[in-house]
Amino acid sequence: MPQDTLHINNKAEKQNDYDAIVIGSGISGGWAAKELTEKGLKVLMLERGRNFEHVKDYKTAGNNPWDNPHHGATTLQQRKDYPVIHRGWAAAEPVMDYWANEIENPYTEKKPFTWWRSYQMGGRSILWGRQSYRLSDFDFEANLKESVGVDWPIRYKDLAPWYDHVEKFAGISGSKENLAHLPDGHFLPPMALNCVEKDVAARIKEKYKGERHLIIGRVANLTEAIPGRTKCEFRNRCWEGCPYGGYFSTQSSTLPAALATGNLTVRPYSIVTKLLYNKDTKKASGVEVLDAETNKTYQFSSKIVFVCASALNSTWVLFNSATDIWPGGLGSSSNELGHNVMDHHYNIGASGNIEGYDDKYYYGRRANGFYITRFANLYGDKRDYLRGFGYQGSASRQGWARDVAEMNIGAGLKDSLCEPGPWTIGATGFGEILPYHENMISLDKDKKDKWGLPVLSMDAELKENEYKMRKDIVSELVAMLESGGAKNVHSYDSGHAIGHGIHEMGTARMGRDRKTSVLNAHNQVWDAKNVFVTDGACMTSSGCQNPSLTYMALTARAASFAVAELKKGNI
Amino acid sequence: MDRRELLKMIALVTGGAVIGGEVFLSGCKNTPDKVAAGVFTAEDITWLDEVAETILPRTSTPGAKDAKVGQFMTVMVKDCYPEADQNIFREGMQQLDEASEKAYSDSFLKVTPAQRVELLTKLDKESKEYQKKKSENDNEAKKKDKNAKASPNHYFTMMKQLTLLGFFSSKEGATQALRYKAVPGEYNGCIDYKKGDKAWAT
Repeated sequence: MPQDTLHINNKAEKQNDYDAIVIGSGISGGWAAKELTEKGLKVLMLERGRNFEHVKDYKTAGNNPWDNPHHGATTLQQRKDYPVIHRGWAAAEPVMDYWANEIENPYTEKKPFTWWRSYQMGGRSILWGRQSYRLSDFDFEANLKESVGVDWPIRYKDLAPWYDHVEKFAGISGSKENLAHLPDGHFLPPMALNCVEKDVAARIKEKYKGERHLIIGRVANLTEAIPGRTKCEFRNRCWEGCPYGGYFSTQSSTLPAALATGNLTVRPYSIVTKLLYNKDTKKASGVEVLDAETNKTYQFSSKIVFVCASALNSTWVLFNSATDIWPGGLGSSSNELGHNVMDHHYNIGASGNIEGYDDKYYYGRRANGFYITRFANLYGDKRDYLRGFGYQGSASRQGWARDVAEMNIGAGLKDSLCEPGPWTIGATGFGEILPYHENMISLDKDKKDKWGLPVLSMDAELKENEYKMRKDIVSELVAMLESGGAKNVHSYDSGHAIGHGIHEMGTARMGRDRKTSVLNAHNQVWDAKNVFVTDGACMTSSGCQNPSLTYMALTARAASFAVAELKKGNI
Repeated sequence: MDRRELLKMIALVTGGAVIGGEVFLSGCKNTPDKVAAGVFTAEDITWLDEVAETILPRTSTPGAKDAKVGQFMTVMVKDCYPEADQNIFREGMQQLDEASEKAYSDSFLKVTPAQRVELLTKLDKESKEYQKKKSENDNEAKKKDKNAKASPNHYFTMMKQLTLLGFFSSKEGATQALRYKAVPGEYNGCIDYKKGDKAWAT
């Protein structure tokens, strides 16, 4: 083991050879490391970015609003450095350097594509929105029933015990609703809807005869302490990093568990340039790593490899692997590697005013909102498009930034802004995007990143099914908000570039047939049985539910399978 | 992470803030541009403090000057405003003084508090009208050409927005004019509210 590299390694010995290598330290990589080390494997986890330590590196988490020089606004320089992140809502003064450096890490947009990346320990598990929903058989069976893409090789019953497993450890708060299309899980107590949301939920229930459901969001924030972590303190500043460990992240949850086994070695600044493929054994023998700081190249060997580099980067690694055998990379024998990019389309919603409730307010900053579960194309409902969508939103009283039309300046303005304003309610749709073979990513060999590596080229767009759905997302939301009692409802559709939903997925899909899919039912690459891809890359369809919980469950399931196969000598 | 270390860190934690998603700065939404040279002087800051104080004066609670809003405005204009907006803001400072000269034959700092209120009230109405028309015109232009450039903002809109942001997210504004709880500890979605109770700062 070279001495000039940084390792975070409590007890495990430094070495070049491991039982397992995990590429990536985000939600999926963290879970892979935890599950594999707890089963006794010696694991090397590789992170391409800097180390980022729990609590210690959450430098702004203790700030008051006035402690940030621009009170949260980003500067001109930050705008120049992070143009992609500034396309959306996620640009804020305290977290800008949590996002990947866009100058060092360019990509090509054949069609507009918003790629939100975080290249540091924990990946996007620090920044994620924490909404956690199970897929159901309505999702797993949809491709088969509608002859879209390929059939998922698994069903809900295959994943249900793994959803249980990951929910218990991650800590998901939520309410049991007994909905077949949004299965209940192992929940901590739900957060509360506020008074307005409760009444709107009741009105919607009545108006739609119990067929539409506005529920509290299911969120990976602890409403009760669990071993090693304290509960959510309702500051709603999760993405700066939580000093309480109040929400699930690699740092708060899976990493400490994996380190506690003494079996984990973590290596930051490690860009995996390729898997090392042995054509005699038809397996990967390890990985090649480019040290992002020193530019030196290293090789590490292992019995199995978990590729959890985030959906598109996992496929980037496959593109660059075993190219002497398959010019398109490992997994390309299916002709599907890089294809079927999906996301959830959003940037679309509505809001309105709620009259009354002037004598009601709330206490605390709830890091969560309500969820209106899918209803389109379910239980006999039929639309002129396939699949469905959900909404996420909240009701609140307006704050000081509101316009007080009759007030200009002076003490009167100040007095009125120091009191809460009227109630408003708003929500955003999250819609399913179908897998289209022609929606794809590929390597752009003409453009190189800071390290001289080829970058990804994005070529994907919404199609007719999504556009029809978007119309419905708006009109149904307006109708529901109005049924819920909202007045002056305004809707918007700001368009959607793929990736903007931060739920980019697909490009190495699971399937039943090696001719049409990259991975089998256990997330094994058909062409290299000891390589497992368990992050968003593996998705066969996208559902409309926030996907991270599914990545956790798939990763834990695959890890269990991998260890069993290893013990049997099958891989 | 060692548990004792974690608890030590928790003891040090003090704060909470709504993050920039809701940041309320139309000036900051434009494309970055070359930053205008030009540094604000101490006199500029005093002048901006007086404008801010006229917008949000000290009452039974601190005002904009107590919260050093003039200083905050200069930092925001310098670091966050594109060059075009920086220039509008700088020229706006002169225009405001000229308007004061015209109305009261004296610069803004020298006129009476009542005259300051009268002048800024007039400017507020004017800028609201202006921004309304601007937004209509910009929308029309966008319909014709998707890449049409937005027309300039009114300088007084900038000053007022920066005053509100600077004051209500300052320590004085957040903790004394409004209510602030760094670590709420729980969420209650339905508490009673009486007219006069302060709004939450975040």
